[in-house]
Parts: sequence; structure tokens; C-alpha cells
Amino acid sequence: MEAKGRVFKYGDNVDTDVIIPARYLAIQDKKELARHCMEDIDTEFVKKVSAGDIMVAGRNFGCGSSREHAPIVIKEAGVSCVIAETFARIFFRNAINIGLPIIECREASQGISAEDEVRIDFDSGIIEDLTTGRSYQGTPFPAFMQEIINSGGLVNYINKEGNK
Amino acid sequence: MGMTMSQKILAAHAGLAEVRAGQLIEASLDLVLGNDITTPVAIRVMEGFKSDRVFDRDKIALVMDHFIPNKDIKSAENCKCCRDFAASHEITNYFDVGKMGIEHALLPEAGLTVAGDLIIGADSHTCTYGALGAFSTGVGSTDMAAGMATGKAWFKVPEAIRFNIVGKKQKYVSGKDLILHIIGMIGVDGALYRSMEFTGEGLKELNIDDRLTIANMAIEAGGKNGIFPVDDMTVEYMKAHGNRPYKVYEADEDAEYAGEYTIDLSTLRPTVSYPHLPSNTRTIDESVRDNIRIDQAVIGSCTNGRISDLRAAAEIMKGHYVADGVRCIVIPGTQQIYLQALEEGLIKTFVEAGAVVSTPTCGPCLGGYMGILAAGERCISTTNRNFVGRMGHVDSEVYLASPAVAASSAVKGYIADPMEVA
Repeated sequence: MEAKGRVFKYGDNVDTDVIIPARYLAIQDKKELARHCMEDIDTEFVKKVSAGDIMVAGRNFGCGSSREHAPIVIKEAGVSCVIAETFARIFFRNAINIGLPIIECREASQGISAEDEVRIDFDSGIIEDLTTGRSYQGTPFPAFMQEIINSGGLVNYINKEGNK
Repeated sequence: MGMTMSQKILAAHAGLAEVRAGQLIEASLDLVLGNDITTPVAIRVMEGFKSDRVFDRDKIALVMDHFIPNKDIKSAENCKCCRDFAASHEITNYFDVGKMGIEHALLPEAGLTVAGDLIIGADSHTCTYGALGAFSTGVGSTDMAAGMATGKAWFKVPEAIRFNIVGKKQKYVSGKDLILHIIGMIGVDGALYRSMEFTGEGLKELNIDDRLTIANMAIEAGGKNGIFPVDDMTVEYMKAHGNRPYKVYEADEDAEYAGEYTIDLSTLRPTVSYPHLPSNTRTIDESVRDNIRIDQAVIGSCTNGRISDLRAAAEIMKGHYVADGVRCIVIPGTQQIYLQALEEGLIKTFVEAGAVVSTPTCGPCLGGYMGILAAGERCISTTNRNFVGRMGHVDSEVYLASPAVAASSAVKGYIADPMEVA
């Protein structure tokens, strides 16, 4: 499995309040929610994003509130992968559980620029910046998490486990 | 090699004699928590499971606290979704208007969280219960759904950072000041993926409300959980709030820590976090020099809406009046705290001072309702986050502080040292 797309670049400590502000949390329709993705730090994001695009951020991406709406709107907006130096732990769990691919890679987080074209191979964890020609090695998931991701998220994983 | 306190609780719930940092385990849960924002998402996830049964109707707590009494039609529909689910699954611990409180103030008070428990909650401040010696951590709605269905969750066993607390605190220094100081020192990702374990003779200076505030904000340093050893104060609190059996775990003497800090309470000053990160801290002395005018003061939340917090605020406000041009909003954490504050005359003090007193709600803390800020406005708040747009407009500002500092600032109209008012 791989992802390929254009990069939206953000800094450190992007919190879930700016990914999806609380004033929209009563909305249950995912498409309607996704119209407000990143609204409080990047009003251009929803206008410019297209399916397959990639987010690259710094440290502690997704910190703050545990709202699962955050990875949901990023996925719903069409983002195929988030690369960050580190992720806040609840966001990390939520992304895996809902099937939003994420990769930790300090060098890629620092080396990749906005608008670059990037390709990610999830099996090997290799991140290629097609614009600059540089490539990076991301941290692959532990086997247990890979199993959840391969099942298509925690729901399918639990349904499968129930069959054992 | 020994285990930390957190590791011991995880090992016991995974049925293992020993666990190591980094190990992936599946563990049995004592309580699964959700609120009116996260539970509807979990209920829809549960619809994807083959069975819609819950693992134990007594071990699930659903607390309507974020947008209730309902602020609009959509939040009313979300609460109705939770209410219907609770009724059809006969959930024992369902808390609605009239019985509810802010979840992390309510559950310890109701005796639903005790030492030795393993708790997950679809709310990031679930780490609060570590104050009583439980391992508790925030998760998302899918984990909550899986927890409600199976009674289990997967965990990566965390390393821990030890905070050795010594000394005696000065007047008007509280648990809030200690945790803001720590976050300022280690940063908002300083404890990322790790436990924050608090120890030391200085803990006797911190009452249970202080400890609940400290554990509550472990997440603001990126921590997986915050945890305190069980002492006489903890036991007394648990006995006064229920009869669930508890179990005391202690860190091994040879437990390994990823980092250690010693903090002398006597050196701490009232502390303020400036916009837009909780780690952006200053002492009150620096804040006073900065002469920061405020438009609003919020006293409440899962961080600081407990009876000690209201007492601290009322002590400052008694006989004073909220400054012209400032709106002061006081929010008791639970119905029980509200009642106790009434009986102690604290509510009278607030109303006489020109503050408003609300029913328990998370409301303004997350920019929901009950005190939203306009562009350019500034609020001093006893809540836990001061991110961009957290309490309203993206061009508004939130300063985090203790109840004593928020109350003195409300009276003065600028961020003020409690000593200036008292």
C-alpha cells in the first residue's frame, strides 16, 4: 500500500482544537464536519486539499482533546497520510483505530516543504520527496498495530478476533 | 528490575507477573467512560460490531456534561442518542441534567474511581483519577466502543518520569500552580507517551483536590497518565465517597525512570500560562509587571471546579466586587459541590460580588457556550487549555491560572496577585 500527494506543512503542537474546533463537535455528518478541518490555523486548507494529499507536521501533532473527530476530518478531507516528528498519544491511537495512516519521521518532518510531491510506502516505511529527490526512513508500526491497520481498523479487528 | 506504580497496575490487569516499558498488552478494564461529545461517536462505532452487548452495565459511566443543558438542537440530539443507549443497555451509571457533574469532578465524588483501578475514558482528562492511585488514561471513541463491548483495551506499557515533591508551599500556591510550573519546565510534550509519577514528603502539602488538579493536567505535558501514591488522605477520601474495594500498588524501590525531577514547593509562586500553550508559563510577579487587562474570568472546569477551588476563589472575592468591564463566571463541578458551596455561603459571596454562577458544565472551557470570547478579548481561566480559539474567536486569548489568581484578577480587572486583594 502506498500514498502519493502534495504536502500541506504545519509546525509543532498542532492541537485537536484547531484541527476541528469544538463549536462544530455537535455535527455528526462527517462530510459536513470535514468542511471545517484545520479552519482555525489554515483557512485555505479545505479549499486547496485534494484526495491523496499529505500533511507534514512537527512535534506532538494532535495534542489536546481526545476527540476522534480530529483524525476523522483529516481522513474525510482526503488526506492519505500524516507525517510528523511525533504524535500526541491519543491522536496516535485514534488514527490507527479509524484507519488514518500516520508515520513518525523526524528527518522527513524537517526536510519536506509545503507543496512538495511525496510518496510513502507503508510496508517499508520509506518516504520519498519526489520534488527534491530525497528519501527518508519512517518508523514502521509494531506487528500488533499493523494487524489492526491491516484489518481496516479496530472494529474489523475485534470482529475477526471474535471468530477465533 | 522493578516496576513503576503504573506498570504494576497494568501488569495486574493483564494477568501478568511483570511487564516492561514498550511491551504491548491487553488488559481488563474496571471502568469505561464517555461524555455527550464522544459517546455518540462510540455508539455508531458499536453498530459495526457483530454484537451490540456491553461487557458490564455497572462498569460503564456516561456523563452528559459538555453541552448540557443542551445549547442547540444538534447537542440535544447527541444527548438523546446517549440517553436512549443508556436506557436500552440499562447502564447503571448514566448521569443527566440534575444528577450530572463535570465527569472528572463527578466520578471520584461518586466513588466510581478508586486506587488500583484501570480506567479508560473518551475524554483526554480521564488521567484525573491517578490522584487516587488508579491508572487512568484518555482514549478516543473507537477505543471506548471496544472497551464497552469487550471490557478490554490494548496498551503500550509506558516508561515513567518521577517528580519528587518536597518543601512547604507558600500562601496562595496550589496544585494548579505546581502542575503549570511542571508543564512550563518540561513542555507540552515533555512527558509524551510516559507516566508522570509524583512522590515525596511534599505530597502531604497537597490535598485530594490539589492532586486531582495535578493528575488532570498530565495530558497537557503529553503524559499518558499521572499518578500519586495512596496515603491516609487518599484512603479517607475514598471511604467518604463510596464503598468499592480498592487496591494499593507501590512502585518498586528499584523501578527505573526515564527522568527524575525534584521540585521544592517553597520556591513556587502562583503561576500563569500565557497564550497559546499551557507550557508558556510566567510567575504572577512577571504577569503583574506585564499589566494584562482582562475581559472575563472563568472559575470552574474538571481542572478547578471542586469545593477547595470555590473556597479559594470566595475567600478572595468576599467583600469585593468584580471590576467594571469584567464578566466573572463561576461553575461548580457537580451538583454536590454546588450544594456544599451554597451551604458554606460561597455562592452568596460570588453573586454579591457580581459574578454569575452556572449549573455544572464544561461550557466555556472548550468554547462550547456559557462564556464565548469575541475577537480581541482576553480571559483568565482556571481551565486547562489556552490553544488558539479554544474559548471562542481565533483572535481571543486565554490565560490559565489557579482559582485564587482568577478571582483576584476578576476583582482587579487585570491579572493580579491574590496578595493585592486579600
